Amino acid sequence: MSKKILLDKINVPGIKTYEVYRREGGYASVEKALKTLTPDEVVEEVKTSGIRGRGGAGFPAGMKWSFIDKKSGKPRHLVCNADESEPGTFKDRYLMEFIPHLLIEGMITSSYALGANLSYIYIRGEYMWVYKILERAIAEAKAAGWLGKNILGTGYDLDLYVQIGGGAYICGEETALIESLEGKRGNPRIKPPFPAVSGLWGNPTVVNNVETISAVPWIVNNSGAEYAKIGIERSTGTKLISASGNIKNPGVYEIEMGISVYEFMNSDEYLGGMSTDRPLKALVPGGSSVPILPAHLIYKTAAGADRLMTYESLSDGGFATGSMLGSGGFIVYDDTACIVRNTWNFARFYHHESCGQCTPCREGTGWLEKILHRIETGTGREEDIELLWSIQSKIEGNTICPLGDAASWPVAAAIRHFREEFEYHVRFPEKIKNRDHFVAEPFEKVKHLVTKQTV
Amino acid sequence: MKVTIDGQSIEVEPGTTILQAARMIGGELVPPAMCYYSKLKGSGGKCRCCLVEVSKGSEADPRPMPKLMASCVTGCMDGMEVNSKSSPRVEEARKSVTEFLLINHPLDCPVCDQAGECDLQNLSFEHGNPKSRFIEEKRTFEPEDIGPNIQLHMNRCILCQRCVQVADQLTDNRVHGVMDRGDHANISTCISKAIDNEFSGNMIDVCPVGALTDKTFRFKSRVWFNKPYNAHRDCDKCCGKTTVWMFGGEIQRVTGRKDVYHEVEEFICNGCRFDHKNVEDWTIEGPREFEKDSVINQNNYTQKLEKVEIATEKLILEGRDKDHKKISMAEIDYNEKIDGNLIDSKKNG
Amino acid sequence: MEKTQIKQNINITEALMVRIDELCSHYPDDKRKSALLPVLHEVQDAHDNWLSIELQDKVAEILRIKPVEVYEVVTFYTMFNQRPIGKYMFEFCHTSPCCLNGTENLMDYTCTKLGVKVGEPTADGMFEVRGVECLGACGYAPMMQLGDFYQEHLTEAKIDQLIADCRDNKIILHDK
Repeated sequence: MSKKILLDKINVPGIKTYEVYRREGGYASVEKALKTLTPDEVVEEVKTSGIRGRGGAGFPAGMKWSFIDKKSGKPRHLVCNADESEPGTFKDRYLMEFIPHLLIEGMITSSYALGANLSYIYIRGEYMWVYKILERAIAEAKAAGWLGKNILGTGYDLDLYVQIGGGAYICGEETALIESLEGKRGNPRIKPPFPAVSGLWGNPTVVNNVETISAVPWIVNNSGAEYAKIGIERSTGTKLISASGNIKNPGVYEIEMGISVYEFMNSDEYLGGMSTDRPLKALVPGGSSVPILPAHLIYKTAAGADRLMTYESLSDGGFATGSMLGSGGFIVYDDTACIVRNTWNFARFYHHESCGQCTPCREGTGWLEKILHRIETGTGREEDIELLWSIQSKIEGNTICPLGDAASWPVAAAIRHFREEFEYHVRFPEKIKNRDHFVAEPFEKVKHLVTKQTV
Repeated sequence: MKVTIDGQSIEVEPGTTILQAARMIGGELVPPAMCYYSKLKGSGGKCRCCLVEVSKGSEADPRPMPKLMASCVTGCMDGMEVNSKSSPRVEEARKSVTEFLLINHPLDCPVCDQAGECDLQNLSFEHGNPKSRFIEEKRTFEPEDIGPNIQLHMNRCILCQRCVQVADQLTDNRVHGVMDRGDHANISTCISKAIDNEFSGNMIDVCPVGALTDKTFRFKSRVWFNKPYNAHRDCDKCCGKTTVWMFGGEIQRVTGRKDVYHEVEEFICNGCRFDHKNVEDWTIEGPREFEKDSVINQNNYTQKLEKVEIATEKLILEGRDKDHKKISMAEIDYNEKIDGNLIDSKKNG
Repeated sequence: MEKTQIKQNINITEALMVRIDELCSHYPDDKRKSALLPVLHEVQDAHDNWLSIELQDKVAEILRIKPVEVYEVVTFYTMFNQRPIGKYMFEFCHTSPCCLNGTENLMDYTCTKLGVKVGEPTADGMFEVRGVECLGACGYAPMMQLGDFYQEHLTEAKIDQLIADCRDNKIILHDK
């Protein structure tokens, strides 16, 4: 069994409640930090731990904390990003639903480190019942003296609230989240200024993912150095992986960074292999935004090394032959899945979720979706494949926020690795009329038709 | 602080954006801007037309910026080096943005009152592709009546949000905004409410396209058939300094005075704009000049016209006398028979 | 934007006002607007799950902001309904990870069973089926949102049961 630091108590009966959580050693990090450490010492521990932002971008959390503007004298805020909406990702919900006090403890300790006296957890609107769980847990924590004025008699004050979203993936982008928290449309802001200087209501703000903040109590209790011992290279600690698709045991897993993709896929401790005897066809390792990997690049990198569950190994080979760890949304496809359909589905998602503020994303995402839909439903043209490639390249890098990139990458990767499937759709429209077209006749069986007909 | 754009250097104050520095230098290196408006706070960054390449971040940190930057919202740093028109990457990005702006645009320039003074027309002329790659159905919106003075054509809108900023910054009760999201985002009051604020007409002037046009000028004339004059009047609401657009002795339209970047020098009130169309209301200062490549100069009268002498043979310029005669109608016999029938000259008269 | 002429009965009860005041207290006094999203949820839940223009105007009045600021937000987020919706809204997640486990077929089944198309309420206003984007339950597919809660690992039999439970008034939509 690998080390668990987030989920080690998840199966303790009643861990959802304050009493049980506290009895199991909960809130120790608050006591330790507030009574024995200065805020800067806590920041130092987090820096030493090497933990990288778990929301998807992977930016070192301690470094992000150290950027917060303390000189201006303005109030500072910590905002937890619980707007989990990246397709394939459902880990934060698992933490908040089943061990809510872990996040609250992390919020208190982290707010102390940042000198924030008013902090928020921004949770997506659809997680309404989890919002209620958190509200109740915060009330419990407050009643027990962990929130409010003069916590533990140390003179530190903190108010913590949950804010509910209204249904918009874009609010997972930190500046859009801040806008939404201010009661506005979720339009990402132009950066700079970064939130560390001007965030919520113009005050210095740090936005961190649920999983990142939930790891802080362990880091404070056990030291950053201990945390850094877990994992390999710059991928320290443990990571929650949300696994879905055609696998035997979908769900949320905590892994030590550095185990191999093969082990994660096939061992009974984790996914237990494919759900049926149909073969593995493709993998999206880090949420819908990251490039899809074809079967031959999943267990081994292009250079022939074992592919590992780390930031570095998953991105080995760049976008040509690699992908990204992203948010850890691990989506597995067997050969009944249609890559064109999947790409269209993701394109529809980004089209639906584009905020509409900047031109390339507003116009480009819809265009991508329309073309992909035509190809998938049998009215694609040979030149549409080049057109898709061209459009995604024109969106990527030219937008205000990363949603444009996120919409482009899956399209680019699908064409890069599964071009023949697109050609098959264009050339044999009658064969793909039924949406389950690869269930009865997987692509491997009809692939020869495309190669024969190469124009 | 020194900043270099396309090889030309200029000293600027801290806080100057790349676009502002480029405008100080002037000329072809100035990036196009569809959403930035120097007189509106918080404008810019959205249309992505003004993307530039920062090949050197600053003297202190010379690393190039990996992504193209929106020049209107990126501040200059000392020693910064920027590539605008000189960069193929930038040219490519501008082409891309232009294509994106046009795919859903109705391209109804022949019946659009903005034609001739439209930034999107200019942008497509510079960076557009004559052939569209977009074969899907264009997005359209339900028409909305936003009042007696301003015509909203949502299908033409590029969502620069300048009109929203005008309402926020010039009026005390904004009633319109951006509704919905993604490629369905639209400018609306949501309830078909009349926009009747005293300064609402400035929405028309800041609109870079034909999405917001002057209802009192609707289909009256093509802009290039109007003669624009600077004019002023005593106004207790605004500066009273405008451009009046005349057709013969009639004032057909009143607008703010727009500079070379099509930004008004000063905002004007609705009274001046919509309610004073008599020549007696105004003191005419003289012709308003426009940049040399503006279509409005097709009708140029700001320069003195001198007789042009062309040094060539008279025959080449004016043709032979006998050819003149051939095409003259004077000697045609209207009673001449066609196909043997006598033509009734009165009927044809 | 979607518009409807249907009139809505507006009733901001004392209990609702207490909750709104509590939500506003989560923010500094001059930042009342920040409470907009949570307040809209509460107000919508108390008004048959939709927000008429009149109701949005009321929210603007309570939060002391311009009506257009409310309209802008309501039209941006997918969870705020601008027209009356089916009482029991079956919102199936139809993003790819869920589709890998048969969501599309199950949506077809549900529509046939209820005799409706996606996005159209049943004649009695009891049910509506919608496809929505990723709900963050990819490992428990197929799934849907019903009121404040998720219904996961769905099968045709479970759909039948849910429909029956809705008809029998056994389903709680909001956790208050």
